[in-house]
Amino acid sequence: MKTMKLVDLAKTIRSKNAGVDRITFDIIFREPETYYMVKNSGAISPDSVCALFGIEKTRLADFVEFDPGYAIKFTINRTQPSGSFGEGDVFGCQQYPPLYDFEIPVAE
Amino acid sequence: MSKETLRIISPNGHLGFAPTKEESFWLGAATKPDYYCCDSGSDDIGPVPLGADKCASHPEHQKHDLELMLLAAREQNVPMIIGSSGDTGTNSRVDMYVGFIKELAKKHHLAPFKLAYFYSEVEPAEIRRRMEAGQVIEGLDGRTDLTFEELDGTDRIVAVAGVHPFIKALEMGADVIIGGRSSDAAVFAAPAIYEGFPDHIAYYCGKVLECASFCCEPYGAKESVIGTITKDDVKVTACAPFQRCTVASVAGHAMYERTNPYYEYVAGGMMDMSECVYEQFDEKTCRITGAKFVPIEGKVKVKLEGSGKVGERYMGMAGIRDPYTIKHIDKVIDWAKSQAKERLGDKPYQLSYRIFGKNGVMGDLEPIKETKSHELLVVVEGVSPDMKVAEEATLIGTRQIFYARLPEVKGTAGTAAFVLDEVTEISPAYRWTLNHTVEVDDPLELFPITMIDIE
Repeated sequence: MKTMKLVDLAKTIRSKNAGVDRITFDIIFREPETYYMVKNSGAISPDSVCALFGIEKTRLADFVEFDPGYAIKFTINRTQPSGSFGEGDVFGCQQYPPLYDFEIPVAE
Repeated sequence: MSKETLRIISPNGHLGFAPTKEESFWLGAATKPDYYCCDSGSDDIGPVPLGADKCASHPEHQKHDLELMLLAAREQNVPMIIGSSGDTGTNSRVDMYVGFIKELAKKHHLAPFKLAYFYSEVEPAEIRRRMEAGQVIEGLDGRTDLTFEELDGTDRIVAVAGVHPFIKALEMGADVIIGGRSSDAAVFAAPAIYEGFPDHIAYYCGKVLECASFCCEPYGAKESVIGTITKDDVKVTACAPFQRCTVASVAGHAMYERTNPYYEYVAGGMMDMSECVYEQFDEKTCRITGAKFVPIEGKVKVKLEGSGKVGERYMGMAGIRDPYTIKHIDKVIDWAKSQAKERLGDKPYQLSYRIFGKNGVMGDLEPIKETKSHELLVVVEGVSPDMKVAEEATLIGTRQIFYARLPEVKGTAGTAAFVLDEVTEISPAYRWTLNHTVEVDDPLELFPITMIDIE
């Protein structure tokens, strides 16, 4: 089946702190058709995002398909609170780029 | 108290963090909003500012933003409300903002007005007293309930106010309110509730306005937005000529910085946005209906944020260009660590290495395991309760990257490039020790309010 990369389908892909203990990821689409195509493909799921980042499912705090915003949103627990000694991203805002390469099945 | 509509301007999502854009602010101010409200804090900035009791923002930017709001609000004789003063909302930051307001009033020869300020700091001893009396300090976001050990490692705590102290200050007749740490949404919800609007309208209004132009498109921070509420709906309008509030931008903002897009907790209850309906009202305005507010059953729970010192801290940096060294970077780091250990032995210290070009930004979350960069930057942090040990650990831990012993390296005159051949003292390391809630009998009990006349 033909696939497209998520980066070529989504309007916004971002990550950000959600409080001091979590990082939340938003994937937002411009058109409802694209959103429902990606959502219904099942390519982005609790299992697939955990596999992408190499984390245990227990670190996934939430996973929501947010129809009113044409968005898929998930949140992971940090292993240390934000800004702890040895931090690499205080705001948690540069953790999203691996999502770009998700292959989404699309109609031929 | 029977306004049919209420209009609140939000000039900046975090007052002073980066300066408010003036054009959209003055365009908004020209429409004469009923309130000028702005949040000035965040826990995004890490635990250092709260622990060390200092700002992340520049005082000139804070003054600039306060000056815009103060001049416009006093000109119209309408209230101005600031929450989470000076990034952290500690007592010293509230005092500093009160000082800025006094200075600005004098500079512009403003007519006398009433200023209310409230504090949010809670002494760790007060939390200890409550715990000893059997009260449980509940953990948030998967944290365990607070232990005495974690409390002992905490230097400073702020309680996060809901609408209560702001409403109280408005009832006392305040023209300007300078708040300690508070929920972003409360800064906007409080005047709406005070003016007699329903809770669900007031809180949703706060929710959508708190980050100013982050609810607009195209992206552009620090621009003003105006919320217009009736008893039935909330409308949000972009003030910047280049921006609009659209269904997509406003619905998208509902997700921003929170775990779940449907629910958000504040002191006193929960916002339920699961049945929000978004409509394009006019070119620059989105209309929202269907928000709900569920008041808490029983006592109000107030969020506590706490920061504790880990140690004194130094930083060093080393660049690497040799492909052989890059390939063996882990061995290089092990060498540098071993040399620090050989010298410092059991002295208390920790070293951290972030390797930019490999996984410096993402650490263990980085899916790309093979380093493809032709150069790396190694950022070394050393921490210790003892300043001299922190310095020595960081110096050895950085300089030994230069002396790394790799069997086949061809560059035998030094395996690292230094921007500076020195290590730098930086802010001490702190840690978020509290992300918890405390139950209170009176929602005002942690937030003492003072009223003063500015003449």
